[in-house]
Amino acid sequence: MKLQVRYFAALRERVGRAEETVDIPDSIATVSDLRRALIARGEPWSGAFAETRRVRAAVDQAMAGDDAPLRDGVEVAFFPPVTGG
Amino acid sequence: MAVRVQLEEFDVGAEIAKLRADPRVGAVASFIGVVRDVNDDAAIASMTLEHYPGMTERSLEAIVEQARSRWNVYDILVIHRIGELRPTDPIVLVIVTSAHRGDAFAACQFMMDYLKTDAPFWKKEATPEGARWVEARDSDDTARKRWESE
Repeated sequence: MKLQVRYFAALRERVGRAEETVDIPDSIATVSDLRRALIARGEPWSGAFAETRRVRAAVDQAMAGDDAPLRDGVEVAFFPPVTGG
Repeated sequence: MAVRVQLEEFDVGAEIAKLRADPRVGAVASFIGVVRDVNDDAAIASMTLEHYPGMTERSLEAIVEQARSRWNVYDILVIHRIGELRPTDPIVLVIVTSAHRGDAFAACQFMMDYLKTDAPFWKKEATPEGARWVEARDSDDTARKRWESE
């Protein structure tokens, strides 16, 4: 399946891109599966996830936990804890 | 009810005047967040706010809806700025109107506590040692959790 993956703030800078389309096996079922698959690609993803404290995720623009399910075509975002206000 | 994400400065007086025009309103509570010139012992020359277009508006609207369901409020306005800001610049404005002060005060504080942990904004500060991303504070999580037990 194909997913749109977006990165924000420190994670975006460390990965070196704001978004990418990833084509992954259907066995990647959850947010934590996707994170592991990205880290397994090596640099820059492995370093970016290792160096960013408490990476958060959103699926289709809603905050999502590690167990949140994925399906073809969703937008998954990874980012550090938010610091607005 | 409205949420706005914008580069431009907001006019607090004009925004309050609009919400206050409703003759049912007996209380107006507002909060303005402002850029400071120091953070974690470093001088701050400026900061840049990044956000997640689309999710930002949805998360702010969800926070407004939660406040509306918990308190008796007449109207709510949330404005959050993005882009480059300097010390003394306003960042965020929340205005709540209600019949009596209790609902307006509580809803205003609730929305700021939720905005701090749920709305996808990130600050990058320019300091004399270079630019750095602001770290989230544990006290923000604590402030949000307080509302879950009430």
